[in-house]
Amino acid sequence: MAQETTYYKPEDLKKFGNIGEFEPDLAKKFFDYYGAVFADGALSAKEKSLIALAVAHVVQCPYCIDAYTTDTVEKGVTEEQIWEAIHVGAAIRGGATLVHSVQALNKVKELGI
Amino acid sequence: MRSLLARGSELASSKEQLKILTEVSGKLGLPSFSEKLKEAGLYPLRPTGVDILQVNVGKLCNQTCRHCHVDAGPDRREIMSKETMQECLVALATPGVTTLDITGGAPEMNPNFRWFVEEASKLGKKIMIRCNLTILLAGEKYKDLPEFFAKHKVEVVSSLPYFQKRRTDAQRGEGVFDRSIEALRKLNTVGYGISGSGLVLNLVYNPVGAFLAGGQSTLENDFKKELKQVHGVEFNSLFALTNMPISRFLESLLENDNIDAYLEKLVTAFNPVAATAVMCRNTLSVGWDGSLYDCDFNQMLDMKIEDKVSKISEFNKSVLDSREILLHQHCYGCTAGAGSSCGGSIA
Ligand code: SF4
Ligand code: SF4
Repeated sequence: MAQETTYYKPEDLKKFGNIGEFEPDLAKKFFDYYGAVFADGALSAKEKSLIALAVAHVVQCPYCIDAYTTDTVEKGVTEEQIWEAIHVGAAIRGGATLVHSVQALNKVKELGI
Repeated sequence: MRSLLARGSELASSKEQLKILTEVSGKLGLPSFSEKLKEAGLYPLRPTGVDILQVNVGKLCNQTCRHCHVDAGPDRREIMSKETMQECLVALATPGVTTLDITGGAPEMNPNFRWFVEEASKLGKKIMIRCNLTILLAGEKYKDLPEFFAKHKVEVVSSLPYFQKRRTDAQRGEGVFDRSIEALRKLNTVGYGISGSGLVLNLVYNPVGAFLAGGQSTLENDFKKELKQVHGVEFNSLFALTNMPISRFLESLLENDNIDAYLEKLVTAFNPVAATAVMCRNTLSVGWDGSLYDCDFNQMLDMKIEDKVSKISEFNKSVLDSREILLHQHCYGCTAGAGSSCGGSIA
């Protein structure tokens, strides 16, 4: 059987904390910031987790999809809420593509077509 | 589904379960629970006292939940006798023992269950019952249980894995969610869970799969909102529990190849604060045959207390208060994150 090769390995997610090996001060700043961002605030930790899940799909980060699917489920989020959040991400991504067509439209007009 | 025992599964043996936990921990290089407690300055683990007597009156149950740590089910025949219940009552009468916590299987299926509650109630102790809800709809024999519980001011603690049907039925069996809601309505009707009634109805949440329970208070809010709005049902508090990697939950972890990740998760989430408040420190667990254990989990793993006192008939509070609690890798389930005990999060 061919050896499976991929840049993404699920077990690498656990090593996220190790990124500070060469630049500990910057890594610490990032993780402190990260922790503060996800703490309960005007938005609940649960709402933030759902936003993170939607964004994870938009930026297509397998690590984040893995982590935030688990995190939302642990926080008691329903399947409906998970899928609605993903669709929100998809709608913004699709919408963002389409809204740029205004530029194409402008250009077409400018070219006098 | 049938019990592991009825299916002749290797996992019906507690030795096999402990062996798997040891092997997986060794393979992953996970520290032993005792080592972890040593680091936290808590070893050997000793009780703070026997406040709660948790009596498992039998493994017979009308359900066969996928995660059951008792391996209970309709095919199990182990039942506590009236004589052993009498011995439990003698122990319960001891000053300092405040609470009787009755569990099973479905404890209501023990033929002497009502007698046991009546006698305990005469002693003026707090009585709790782990009621699986669907038993309240299991026929004529059980129909008046809500009134019976109310009469003796029994605190009802019931599992409801989720506030929606899909996950609940996946864990506890097809149709369990709808029947549980109907049972909760019956309990509400006699006053359970209704503020000012003095009748306490608590729900237990435990994850449906290989993940930990998130924040108990957020989950409680979600459960309260959804159950009230969608089903018109009320309750007092929600206890969030961690699934123990033993018995039928261990089976599902092995089947889905989640055992390594789950054990690692429990160990990584070890919380020394939760470790100080594990339930074995104030609870004594009694098996259907009168044997004594530090908790219901140790009971299911056959980890008997073998100090000077090993049977409920020999109950001696001061000896038991100074015993050393038996530990194994499953104990990580009690100390992960916010911690987990029969009463929910502990840290
Ligand atoms: S979890 Fe409770 S209700 Fe389900 S089979 Fe086990 S004892 Fe019965
Ligand atoms: S599993 Fe039992 S003995 Fe181990 S920590 Fe939890 S309550 Fe104590």
